[in-house]
Amino acid sequence: MIYHWDWSVPISAPYLGWLMSGLAWTLLVAGAAWVIAFVLGAAIGILRTLPHRGARMIGAVYVTVFRSVPLLLQLFLWYFVVPELLPASVAHWIKRDLPLPEYWTSVIGLGLFTAARIAEQFRAGIQAVGRGQSMAAAASGLTLLQSYRYVLLPVAARYVLPPLTSEFLNVVKNSSLALTIGLLELTGQSRQIEGVTFHGIEAFTAATLIYVALTLTAIAAMRAIERVVAIPGLMARV
Amino acid sequence: MGGIDLDLIAATAPFLWDGLCTSFQLLLLAMAGGISLGAILAVVRIAGPKPLAALAATYVNGLRSIPLIMVILWFYLLMPLATGRPIGAFTSALVAFTIFEAAYYSEIIRAGIQSVSKQQLAAATASGLSQLQAYRFVVLPQAFRKMTPILLSQSIALFQDTSLVYVVGLRDFMTAVSVTANREGHLVAFYLFAALVYFVLCCTGAQSVQLLKKSMVSQ
Repeated sequence: MIYHWDWSVPISAPYLGWLMSGLAWTLLVAGAAWVIAFVLGAAIGILRTLPHRGARMIGAVYVTVFRSVPLLLQLFLWYFVVPELLPASVAHWIKRDLPLPEYWTSVIGLGLFTAARIAEQFRAGIQAVGRGQSMAAAASGLTLLQSYRYVLLPVAARYVLPPLTSEFLNVVKNSSLALTIGLLELTGQSRQIEGVTFHGIEAFTAATLIYVALTLTAIAAMRAIERVVAIPGLMARV
Repeated sequence: MGGIDLDLIAATAPFLWDGLCTSFQLLLLAMAGGISLGAILAVVRIAGPKPLAALAATYVNGLRSIPLIMVILWFYLLMPLATGRPIGAFTSALVAFTIFEAAYYSEIIRAGIQSVSKQQLAAATASGLSQLQAYRFVVLPQAFRKMTPILLSQSIALFQDTSLVYVVGLRDFMTAVSVTANREGHLVAFYLFAALVYFVLCCTGAQSVQLLKKSMVSQ
């Protein structure tokens, strides 16, 4: 087959604009999903380390459920299934009045999926601080809340920074699944350019380079944060 | 709407079953290819000549920074261009998964190799094995034993990822479910059923990995 190269395609109008709009949606989906994933993930990770059996169970069930179903299917469930199962008035509002349904569905789906993964990182981080520390905190008269606030979490938060970097990158990459419910983020836009111009290689190259640039930026930013908050005297290499 | 209509699912079962078989074929072949390529990449990164090691590192880091969907679309586009003839979605997806998962497997294998004591390698080469033989017969078998549970966990993730062939229309389980759901007009029933199937399969897989881990510790 003969392929006609034209590297001006991804940097000419209107396609450059499409790519930039795709990049913006990728960042908007990933950013909002990250907020949900981080807050909920930290909460569930803490639940899984509490001394109460019931709390640990709730956390474990959440993590198991959200990690055992493919993200693509989870998005379809939120988009096609959940509105049908809700009370009629709520379903009506979602279908008729919710602005940007593809966007919010992607954010919720990706956020709740990623929360399960972040919960595991937080659980591991808190457990890595060690029983000794939490027992010492209790022995010195701190309440459970205080021992988490002043002893366990400040150390655990630093342990989880490197794995959180990869989870953040996963959110950026996984936001590409939003194209399956019709949100034209970066991957979706590059596929659209391919469909219109038949210059798929050029369009995919542009999108790929943007993803690589995003990754490198995120890694550099997280390294900087790790350096700033590093605890002096520990082995961790920064 | 609502609830799972068992008769309807039973009537479409053969089609869904074919989809599930395709998913498992993709999983097993991509596992075999991905772990083999991953092992080569890991050894090259640790023991290979500098330029080759750098190349392998670029491969791994590069692929890990792009979305899997992008990789699937790339190979769906490139494979027919490269071979000059139409290639099925299955072959292009299989190559994409092998190439992509190799990057993730290689990181696991690299950590596994690094957990083997250095003296093992020294002893092997001292007893007359070449570097290659030392890795093949001494280091890798020990590394693989240690990292089998993690490799299997990664493979459960790979199984879930196979659902992404949806974007190139390959009839795996996910796509078969979606096609049937839309044809029959029962999105709720079919997507809930699919979630149940994935949940049971992945949970069983994860439980088995846990058991394996426990039995390895007790040995």
